[in-house]
Amino acid sequence: MAETSAEPAHVHAPPEGFIRKHVFSLDHKVIGKQYYALALLAVFTGMILSWLMRIHLVWPNAKIPGLELLSKVGAPGGVMTPEYYLSLLTMHGTLMVFFVLTNAPFAAFGNYFLPIQIGAEDMAFPRFNMMSFWTTFAAWVVLMLAFVIPDGPPIAGWTEYTPLSAIGKDAGPGMEWGASCWGISIALFCVASLLSSLNFIATTLDLRARGMTLMRMPLCTWAWFITSCIALLAFAVLLPACILLMLDRHAGTSFFIPAGIVASDRLQPHSGGSPLLWQHLFWFFGHPEVYIAILPSMGIVSHILINSMRKPLLSAKVVIYSMMSIGFLSYMVWGHHMFLSGMNPMSALAFSFPTLTITIPATILTLIWLGSLYGANLQINSASLFAIGFISMFVSGGVSGFFLAQPSIDIYLHATYFVVGHFHMVMGVASLFGVFAGTYFWFPKMTGRYMSEGLGKLHFWITFIGAYCIFMPFHYLGLIGNVRRYQSFVDDFMAPYIPLHKFITIAALITGGAQFIFLFNLIYSRFWGKPAPQNPWNATSLEWSIPSPPPWNNFGGRHPVVYHDPYQYGVKGGAGDFVMQDSPEVIASGD
Amino acid sequence: MASTTGVTAQAEKLRQAAMRAGVAPTGADRASRSGIWVAMFAITMSFMAFTSALFVREGSLDWGHLVLPSIVYWNTLALLASSGTFELARRRLELVGGGRVQSGEPGIIWLVATLALGIAFCVGQYSAWQNLRAQGIYLATNPNSSFFYVLTFIHVLHVVGGISAFLYLLSRLALRPGVLRRSFFENTAIYWHFMGVLWLYLLLLCRTRL
Amino acid sequence: MGKILAVVIVIIGLASAYPILKNQYPLPEDISTHGHLIDDQLNDTMMEAGISFVGAQLVLAYFLWTFSGRKPGSPLKDFPGGAKVLVIFAFVIVGTEVIALGAFGQKAWASVYFTPAKADSLQIQAQAEQFAFYFRYAGPDGKFGMIHPEKIDEGNQNYFGLDPENDVAARDDIVSGELVVPMSKEIHLMLHGKDVGHSFYVRELRIQQDFVPGLDLSVHFTATKVGKYEIVCTQLCGLGHYNMKAYLNVMSQVDFDAWLKQQSQ
Repeated sequence: MAETSAEPAHVHAPPEGFIRKHVFSLDHKVIGKQYYALALLAVFTGMILSWLMRIHLVWPNAKIPGLELLSKVGAPGGVMTPEYYLSLLTMHGTLMVFFVLTNAPFAAFGNYFLPIQIGAEDMAFPRFNMMSFWTTFAAWVVLMLAFVIPDGPPIAGWTEYTPLSAIGKDAGPGMEWGASCWGISIALFCVASLLSSLNFIATTLDLRARGMTLMRMPLCTWAWFITSCIALLAFAVLLPACILLMLDRHAGTSFFIPAGIVASDRLQPHSGGSPLLWQHLFWFFGHPEVYIAILPSMGIVSHILINSMRKPLLSAKVVIYSMMSIGFLSYMVWGHHMFLSGMNPMSALAFSFPTLTITIPATILTLIWLGSLYGANLQINSASLFAIGFISMFVSGGVSGFFLAQPSIDIYLHATYFVVGHFHMVMGVASLFGVFAGTYFWFPKMTGRYMSEGLGKLHFWITFIGAYCIFMPFHYLGLIGNVRRYQSFVDDFMAPYIPLHKFITIAALITGGAQFIFLFNLIYSRFWGKPAPQNPWNATSLEWSIPSPPPWNNFGGRHPVVYHDPYQYGVKGGAGDFVMQDSPEVIASGD
Repeated sequence: MASTTGVTAQAEKLRQAAMRAGVAPTGADRASRSGIWVAMFAITMSFMAFTSALFVREGSLDWGHLVLPSIVYWNTLALLASSGTFELARRRLELVGGGRVQSGEPGIIWLVATLALGIAFCVGQYSAWQNLRAQGIYLATNPNSSFFYVLTFIHVLHVVGGISAFLYLLSRLALRPGVLRRSFFENTAIYWHFMGVLWLYLLLLCRTRL
Repeated sequence: MGKILAVVIVIIGLASAYPILKNQYPLPEDISTHGHLIDDQLNDTMMEAGISFVGAQLVLAYFLWTFSGRKPGSPLKDFPGGAKVLVIFAFVIVGTEVIALGAFGQKAWASVYFTPAKADSLQIQAQAEQFAFYFRYAGPDGKFGMIHPEKIDEGNQNYFGLDPENDVAARDDIVSGELVVPMSKEIHLMLHGKDVGHSFYVRELRIQQDFVPGLDLSVHFTATKVGKYEIVCTQLCGLGHYNMKAYLNVMSQVDFDAWLKQQSQ
């Protein structure tokens, strides 16, 4: 650090040796791929957990081969116990929200492409960057430890509501050491996310190439930048919350545990703590987290749509300002998760209004995407299919937010499958569609090879239709009052709806199965895919101005100079209907 | 449609020359300055979270009162004094070309003094904890003591971060004179003053609320 | 392929709306005096959200049909009016919708939370614990005995930790595993959490409220129909969560008085 010569950005020597190149690499591209690999591992684990849960829900006595190996206590003879269902539910939520939805669209793609898109050689702090990834990895290891310790994974859900999560083994199986694994893992994850947000912000602000003004940054770079600002605030609050939770669990303090509670016939030795405090701190993080998951996908989808439409969006500025207002509003709405939690009913109205207001920027975004499609020349490929799928999913998941934003309706729909359907569609499926689109789009840049289009399209069709088959019925089940987080539906009124649940389970098995097509495509194309040229999609942003895969220092020591807005499509340029950002050609203004 | 910006090759050359001469800060310099501000923002945010937890918690029945050990006031003096000595060091370390700091003995002495005061602060906080423990007041004794231990301990952790930056600074200046980037030096200063301000805030919070 | 996707999106949009239009998933019958406000609000929202949902999917499908896979070099057009029209549209239409829903929705919320329970309402205490509900009636003296957490003894059925020896008020308290209430009388239900977080949810009653240990909350409602309804826990509370339930038994006033009398003997 201290010895650097006076170059515009820092220059590090090319990495040497396997460890430096592929394991403890300082290269943002390697780190991006590492994040992607971890997210891939987590998403398949999470998906298989959801399969197990879905199977158990409709065939409670099903013997699942191999499940006994995972836990002798949780699944004696391969049949899942009620508490093990809750363990899997907790792990599914935690893996998906933290290790997939935060890692894949934000940390993985952001790390790989943000520096390239702004014309930098690397992140501002490569060492911090490496630490971020390896801390995240450690967080994942600690979380997965919960599967192997005798106590088993925690059963309190990914929200770990206190006092259930705070009183230790009296709360039930998995709550003694399993919940501690959870707490330590999430605290580590917070540290890692803080470091990487810091890195993203400093890099975006200060390492932009000549001519790369803020307004000339591609929309996905904007999305990553806004996301890192949100993440910085959100994880800075979750970390203290986790520390206090761990102190309650292991040091006998009473931040979240009130006096006079009796669990497992034992009067708990605590006094005066506030369970609602945990909920406030958690959701102050938890709601912005939704936008940490979805904003990068919005950016990626915009970036890809523009390329496939061969024309810019109606207004990039409106998109940027909408994303900013969503980010800003996300801090004023956390209480809508707590309408029925016993907080002051007045504040429910105070939280409801900004929540409903978020609809406005979200609608603007949707309308801009739709309006831009008008008059376009949309090229269909796997990436653009997933981008269109994203819009459809975002609308479907978004409108159900209308219901849940209103405290009066929430009285009925809270904690039903309606909520589950809502957030799976908008936060889960929609943002994963962004990740899929990004993967098909950027894979040629990352590896120098195309992914198989045929397999990609097959993957799209099954996933798109399958996701609707799974999550749309969740809304209907919510309307009839089907409560979530139940391992079995023992109520009589549920009997007529069990076939619908079976349908969902089968849809989940098929849709999940289709993800193995994607995995196969990734691995196959990495080695045997059709070689791709430097700029296969005739795209304009800086990542397409360098070889595929990019050299270790991205621009090969060159300092790119940027002359244009990021999306010069539909213009007459030397290369066709587009002009690259770093091309010095002059574009005639007007038409 | 956008027009081109007139970035000429000549302007680029001039900028490069300015950087070589150490007049213009490099991208990495600016990034580390942004980084330190962003980090301080995040630290502030997490102490805000602790503070709001405290405000929620102080409404409960078991909320009591904690007499702060008097040594914390001496610690405060040490920490504030260390900010002063750091400024003295800064004035005495000459700035040379290339945006670098050159070592000079008076400066080093003030830096060592800063380091010593920083360590004294940490030791002092430790003895404050010992003092409370001697009175039978532990982390879990009551909510007031819980907050006192948590807030002071997390603050000390951040102070230790500053101290390690000093050690790095000193080792650089002592072992390889003239090669320390100025931005590192200045960022350490900003962070260290921030630790002082943060501590004043925490002291005020503990004094009035605990 | 763009055209196929357009067709698929239309099918998905219409197929998703169909069960709602046919009311294939009806809400359970409402048996409370305030429930219709919530149901009306839900229906209004369903209409607005449904129109937005189907509308957006159809527009997406139409544009996809028209503008995908055109011959390369086909002339590009811009949306008439550009971004400005869309932004104004969003602000006006969605803004109005937001304000309208927010304002009307208040009424339903207020009926549950902003009106205090009437003075002559029947007070019942509900206790939630892993994994059961218990309900306590004050008995003839109209006073509840104090709760002493250290005296809780499940084995001897002292679920609330009462101390009848020293506490006169506790002696005639009636504890029941079923929430029995008279019809058409306002019930003031005081919620006490014994161990961890739970929630009180009766679908037909349109009432849901968390139990927070250390924080005694209350709800009030008036049941309008005799019958037995399920009370379920909706806050994840541990391994028996799915099976934590009790029944709400709404009786006529006469039957209720008889039941109460029988219990206090």
